[in-house]
Amino acid sequence: MSAQVLFSRGRVIDPRNGVDGVRDVLVRDGKVAEVSEAPLQVAGAQVVDARGRWVLPGFIDMHVHLREPGEEGKETILTGCRAAVAGGFTAVVAMPNTKLVNDSALVTELVLSRARAARLCRVYPAGAITKGLKGEELAEMGELISAGCVCVTDDGRPVMNASLMRRALQYSTLFDIPVMVHEEDLTLSGKGAMTEGPTATRLGLLPIPPSAEIVMVARDLVLLEETGARLHLAHISCEGSVRLVREAKKRGLRVTAEAAPHHFTLDDTAVGQYDTHAKMNPPLRLRRDVEALREALADGTIDAIATDHAPHGVLDKRVEFEKGINGVVGLETALGLALALVHEGVFSPLKAVELLTVGPARAFGLPGGHLAPGAPADVTIVDPDAEWAVDAERFFSKSRNTPFNGRLLKGRVTQTWVGGGLVFADGQIKESR
Amino acid sequence: MRHLLGIEGWRREEIETLLDRAEAHLPGGPASTSVLQGKVVANLFFEDSTRTRTSFEMAAKTLGAQVLNWTAQGSSVSKGETLLDTVRNIEATGPVALVIRHRSSGAPHLVAQHVRCAVINAGDGTHEHPSQALLDAFTLRKHWGRLDGRTVLIVGDILHSRVARSNILCLGALGARVMVCGPPTLLPVGLKELGAEVTTNLDAALPQADAVMCLRLQLERQTESFFPSTREFSRLFGLTAARAERMKPGALVMHPGPINRGVELAPAVADGARSVILEQVANGVAVRRAILEVCS
Repeated sequence: MSAQVLFSRGRVIDPRNGVDGVRDVLVRDGKVAEVSEAPLQVAGAQVVDARGRWVLPGFIDMHVHLREPGEEGKETILTGCRAAVAGGFTAVVAMPNTKLVNDSALVTELVLSRARAARLCRVYPAGAITKGLKGEELAEMGELISAGCVCVTDDGRPVMNASLMRRALQYSTLFDIPVMVHEEDLTLSGKGAMTEGPTATRLGLLPIPPSAEIVMVARDLVLLEETGARLHLAHISCEGSVRLVREAKKRGLRVTAEAAPHHFTLDDTAVGQYDTHAKMNPPLRLRRDVEALREALADGTIDAIATDHAPHGVLDKRVEFEKGINGVVGLETALGLALALVHEGVFSPLKAVELLTVGPARAFGLPGGHLAPGAPADVTIVDPDAEWAVDAERFFSKSRNTPFNGRLLKGRVTQTWVGGGLVFADGQIKESR
Repeated sequence: MRHLLGIEGWRREEIETLLDRAEAHLPGGPASTSVLQGKVVANLFFEDSTRTRTSFEMAAKTLGAQVLNWTAQGSSVSKGETLLDTVRNIEATGPVALVIRHRSSGAPHLVAQHVRCAVINAGDGTHEHPSQALLDAFTLRKHWGRLDGRTVLIVGDILHSRVARSNILCLGALGARVMVCGPPTLLPVGLKELGAEVTTNLDAALPQADAVMCLRLQLERQTESFFPSTREFSRLFGLTAARAERMKPGALVMHPGPINRGVELAPAVADGARSVILEQVANGVAVRRAILEVCS
């Protein structure tokens, strides 16, 4: 087969290759074949008129919860992949905290086979650090990696035992894969329901101090330095964490970090009157933390935007705030929220695209994330001027738990291509390609 | 119909109107005793309470209402029924108001979004206890006429106290200066934003106060190391007889009850000349009658 697609005259933004300008991109046999400043004429190629559009490397979300196996009422691999491609993501990393924990090759293979059947985006499984995410014994890292896991993480829970965490980091150097951590000292977060601050005090909700995150970041950076491993910090949310990461990077430690759109967009006041849609872990922080995250995204301290897409049912959220389950869906709003920072002048379009593409690709050593010849033909086309209002009822995700319902966003995905095939166009999933 | 979910959102005039109504509801007052004739008020107590529940019950009955007393004990809550299912089932029996006490902050707000009748917060978690604050303000008003320019000092476990939050807002709205005092572990951040002045030095604050409100210390907080012992708490933050001596002449002593005698409040002070603790309880019925009248 020699399917050829020509993306014609779009603004190509490819941070890894230093491209930001009008180009033609020719795709052949699932790979990028040529990127040209001059218009290309290719006989037999399908032409996509990209004038006025941005032609971008497909986005990579290194942090999503697809809920399958075990909680298919919230999301399945199929519906999660639909949400991904609708949001412009051509690859996602699936967290292992499913109801059957991904701590074995069996579950990894199940995830991969469901993802192949979905035929939408690339799904990279993450394996558990510890068996059953219990924080007691290491899971079989070697088996997980050879089955296709790209990293290990107990996401949703910290590895509280420092000695076990140290061994996990040491052992991971066998495979040179990142160990991804959810940083939370459970003795500090305790029964807290939201971040410490005026809103928690006003609402009478028990506070989670920022130290619950920061002390664990500090601990793991010390362990990282001792072990020479690779550490990836999931969803950091505090000014103090940012400061530690910045300093660690300066000293050359192999640490990467992600930030979630809800954390760089909303502060604690979004909880309003006990809105459980604004409840997640880590919690929404104070305005100064939001500002610190924005600065860290702009200056490279934070490597990637990751959604922590966490689908939950209506009943999980329609309860007392303390009982409300943590998490928000994020795949279908990530681009708009990232571009909001571009519109506010926090960073350039080039930086926004970097945080969604080459940033995560580099952190996890994934293919894609750029558009040089030979790269996978994963392409996201964006209409940068399209203004739209978030409507959770129209999400492709099975779940609707978002604090952004009704929010006006500027910039929208019009097409998503994976491996040279069209998977999403003009609001429709293209499943039978 | 209107809800009373908290003092937050109530303006000074609204609070004063309600307190004026409460005057009319004092024993022998001119208020009608049949405004809720033929109506049902449902008391939903998901958490134990003696004084607030009986006070609301008396208030409702003396306004002519039937009272449905529901408690979590022995209900389907133990079978895992959700708060909203429980409440909607009770709402279906047709009450004009739901009086709710719940261990989770914000539970009445959740309920209010899903029912059509009035929701009255009788204490939610560590959030608010608005009827308590209103009866405290009412009690102080009876002594002082106005709260403007007066200083009220609230002492103890501010972090976990719904009485403190409601009183900071209520007394502040009525023009009083509100100071709070307690160990740093029990002072949440952001109290200033709520309108309170914060201190950890009881002895320095005490002579400034026109009224001192001692909060109940929940003894299990000791096991969570918020303070080392009730003995030490009492030494640093208890209103002892010696401390009461140093209060302004005529300054009042309050407590929302139930009292840990000898911990936050010395028995001699609780029962002494400054104490208005039983007046608070007595005024509670009149204030809650006014609340039911205004909200239903």
